[in-house]
Amino acid sequence: MSHPASTAGDQPTTHTPTGLIAFAWALVGIPLAYGLYNTIKAASALFGG
Amino acid sequence: MAVPSFLARERIVARPGFNRWLIPPAALAVHLCIGQAYATSVYKVALVEHFDTGLTQIGIIFSIAIVMLGLSAAVFGTWVDKNGPRAAMFTSAVFWVSGFLVGSLGIYTEQLWLLYLGYGFLGGIGLGIGYISPVSTLIKWFPDRPGLATGMAIMGFGGGALIASPLSRQLMNWYDPNYDPAVAGTVPSGNAVAGLFLTLGLIYLVFMMFGAFIIRVPAANWRPDGFDPSTVKQKSLVTTENVSANNAIKTPQFWLLWTVLFCNVTAGIGILEQAAPMIQDFFRTGATSTVLAATAAGFVGLLSLFNMAGRFVWSSTSDYIGRKPIYMVYLGVGIILYVILATLGSTATWIFVVTAAIIISFYGGGFATVPAYLRDLFGTYQVGAIHGRLLTAWAAAGIAGPLIVNGVLDARGTPGELVAGDYRPALFIMVGLLAVGFVANLLIKPVSEKYFEPTQTDVPTTAAEPERSTVR
Repeated sequence: MSHPASTAGDQPTTHTPTGLIAFAWALVGIPLAYGLYNTIKAASALFGG
Repeated sequence: MAVPSFLARERIVARPGFNRWLIPPAALAVHLCIGQAYATSVYKVALVEHFDTGLTQIGIIFSIAIVMLGLSAAVFGTWVDKNGPRAAMFTSAVFWVSGFLVGSLGIYTEQLWLLYLGYGFLGGIGLGIGYISPVSTLIKWFPDRPGLATGMAIMGFGGGALIASPLSRQLMNWYDPNYDPAVAGTVPSGNAVAGLFLTLGLIYLVFMMFGAFIIRVPAANWRPDGFDPSTVKQKSLVTTENVSANNAIKTPQFWLLWTVLFCNVTAGIGILEQAAPMIQDFFRTGATSTVLAATAAGFVGLLSLFNMAGRFVWSSTSDYIGRKPIYMVYLGVGIILYVILATLGSTATWIFVVTAAIIISFYGGGFATVPAYLRDLFGTYQVGAIHGRLLTAWAAAGIAGPLIVNGVLDARGTPGELVAGDYRPALFIMVGLLAVGFVANLLIKPVSEKYFEPTQTDVPTTAAEPERSTVR
């Protein structure tokens, strides 16, 4: 999924730590998973669950 | 209006080698928080009892917030484009969180006007600025997949309610042990709601500030590896030119797209607003419905899932089939689905559920695809500001949708006694609206050259000083 950017010019390059990307995605992904789980649980009542 | 240097656009220009996949979670950190606006129903009854007032007076809080969303997105759009996403996200966080804190104070002190001022007015400004804050940045980072990028962020707005609803119930249960969300009829105390507002405000402050501080803008000459802008230009309607926000609203394309969004959102709100009573009314025999209240709540949950998924799936699909064709699907297939819902919806639960779920996925998709459509038509120069102005269609639809449905239902009977046939006039009005939107979409042609900016105007990032960037 990672897609490093490229650019022209002689600016100093950087490296985005993989850990930071993973942390950022986890920070938004975990609450979203919590919300999805609860919503699917509620929606299951529709199918007699 | 100048912003402090640590918020300035030139401080967040990414250096070569920066990984663009850090940008979607930054955008999601904001949208997941402001999406709470769709979860206000969980404490609505508690506020009615706490203030000893009616649903209408409490509903005004949400109405003020949505009106302020539309107004602030339209008014501050140019400011957002000029100062960049960090300043916008920071400002949005300040307003959104202040809204919760002032609202909490209003509940503690039993002053309803403080809720209007806090959650409604201040929070609504935070909503508007926050909603548009990451959009143009995402489009610039993902010129090869703008639909996917904006779909991810705007999916977060749908996802925010999915998180806030169960979290709010849990927090109110902690603050008021007498309140049990699993038991129908129990209502949390006002102080529990005040505690909830305080807690949500602090949680959202952390999340939104995290988004504000990891967001970056690409350098002016940046392109993704292997991306050739000329391949995008080959698609019809897609321009490599730029149109300013002030010029965009002078074009017929802007108003045609405004009409498209208005019709699509109004039609979707028609179902969303009435989801729980609607499914019960469609399967009512005499005084009782074959659909239980718990099942109706499950239906609302299912619609939330399709609303969120539609934002991501349909917007991403638009990168492959094009913006105009995907809106033909939203509106054209939407017409067929509404007709099926009106004529066959009461014959079987699965027909009702499937058609409603797909309609709501189109509603979400319409929201998420529109920034990429604007990018195609007007370029990236002030796409955030143009998007902000287009969102007035959302505010207008937020008024028109419930007015149409409630107006028809009020004329047909009393809540609790309505049946499928009573919904038909409202559903056929939605069919007519979708037809208007379909025609408006068909009429959209490339923007006339006279509106193009004379030179390369994608300057906000070219003015940057990368050597001062804090990016690592």
